[in-house]
Amino acid sequence: MKHEKAKKFGMVIDLDKCTGCGSCMVACMAENNVPFREDETDKLLSVAWMRVYKLTNGKPFPDADICYLPRPCQHCEGHHGHSPCVSVCPATATDYDTRTGIVSQIYARCFGCRYCMAACPYHVRLFNWYDPVWPDGMEQSLNPDVSVRMRGVVEKCSFCIQRYQMAKDRAYMEGREDIEEEDYQTACTQACPADAITFGDLNNPHHKVHQLARPDHRNGGKPRAKNLFRLLERLGTNPKVYYKSSREWVRNLGDNHDAIQEKA
Amino acid sequence: MSTEDEQAKAVSEDEISEIPETGSPEIGENEQDGSGAMIILFFILGFVASLIVGWIIFPKLLYSQKQQPVAFNHAMHNELVDEGCESCHFFREDGSYSGVPKLAQCIDCHEEVQGESEAEEYFVTEYVQKEREVPWLIYAKQPPCVFFSHVAHVKKGDMDCVTCHGNIGESESLRVYEENRISGYSRDIWGSNIGGFKKNSWDRMKMDDCAECHRKENVNQGSVQTEKGACFVCHR
Repeated sequence: MKHEKAKKFGMVIDLDKCTGCGSCMVACMAENNVPFREDETDKLLSVAWMRVYKLTNGKPFPDADICYLPRPCQHCEGHHGHSPCVSVCPATATDYDTRTGIVSQIYARCFGCRYCMAACPYHVRLFNWYDPVWPDGMEQSLNPDVSVRMRGVVEKCSFCIQRYQMAKDRAYMEGREDIEEEDYQTACTQACPADAITFGDLNNPHHKVHQLARPDHRNGGKPRAKNLFRLLERLGTNPKVYYKSSREWVRNLGDNHDAIQEKA
Repeated sequence: MSTEDEQAKAVSEDEISEIPETGSPEIGENEQDGSGAMIILFFILGFVASLIVGWIIFPKLLYSQKQQPVAFNHAMHNELVDEGCESCHFFREDGSYSGVPKLAQCIDCHEEVQGESEAEEYFVTEYVQKEREVPWLIYAKQPPCVFFSHVAHVKKGDMDCVTCHGNIGESESLRVYEENRISGYSRDIWGSNIGGFKKNSWDRMKMDDCAECHRKENVNQGSVQTEKGACFVCHR
């Protein structure tokens, strides 16, 4: 079988556009059968693949500023696909796919040791402390293309891999070799009312993400575009989710800049 | 420390001194041979018994047998349709696969009884007239963690249905559906041979069988952990 050019799916999230409405979180939970509990007060036990954080610059009134930061799985490439979680998984339950750049998680293989959760610097991995319970009748509306997770396994954002699989199906049916950019978009991207999230192939110069991020693949995928940054860049995790903000304090927070400054 | 060492030494000396006593030739040789033979006989009997339990009785208990709701004749239908398997098991425009036909498709021909077979009459009175879907049991149904794309294999990979499904299109009756009592999966996933041996490409539908062919055809071998097939090709 012929090899197509390797893809590298990634995201650019414009923090100046994000209003923190949480549509991405809701869309993600609905698309990916993410479980929830009757009582979600203990956030340590709740599961959300996409989570919106609130950042503040900590200054008093006239200068006070806030920013919302949506955080899906960063799908780190690390060095040659050795992202933090992939390197520590003893069960081969999580893996890095060099053909798509997606970090996979196979729930049937996972035995819940949670090493990956300890290794992940972004807290994107979540543990199922309970079997999911759906309110009466709601199990009928679960997405049939996503497997439901059981108690005792770790789960995380998959960049809606089922949508990629279905986009490929459509392409094969229509006799195309490759998928189109709009064929494969994640649920959060489509749900965002502010158009803050852009998703696509970072290796494809025709895709919008490539044009926005202009990743320097010879330099660990660092963004060449102005005002772009990645979370905890200095760890060398080489994530594929890029953030954009015109505000300097936001860009500094992205690399935990303030904490380093205080220490020094 | 020293006292423990001394104790250990004392114990080992005791053991050594005991050995010649137990191994002394005073016990009758005939008696010892007799019990030895008995032990070997019991071992062989137990071994054979556990083999029988493991290879014959357990597999029988493991799978429950279920009959299909309607006796369906693939061979006869295959003669009447124009496009072979795809006449009933077709692809939708978006590339998804229809799988087992829904009642609406059957009604296209079977609105009323066509032939003289009892099975058809039963099908029309029980399902068509009552507008009930037929609860077919799907032999090749994969567990929910599996994403299987028919279009990728048939259209892109240019494979025949027979490669995975066998000669079901030429069968005159549906075989018994066997369900694993523990996992609830069809027996076709593990294969009819409990030892996992396969003679034909359609004998088993385990992950190894998918991976074997994917390796040969070089289908996304981009996994970093295993340097073999990537997980999110078939898993979801």
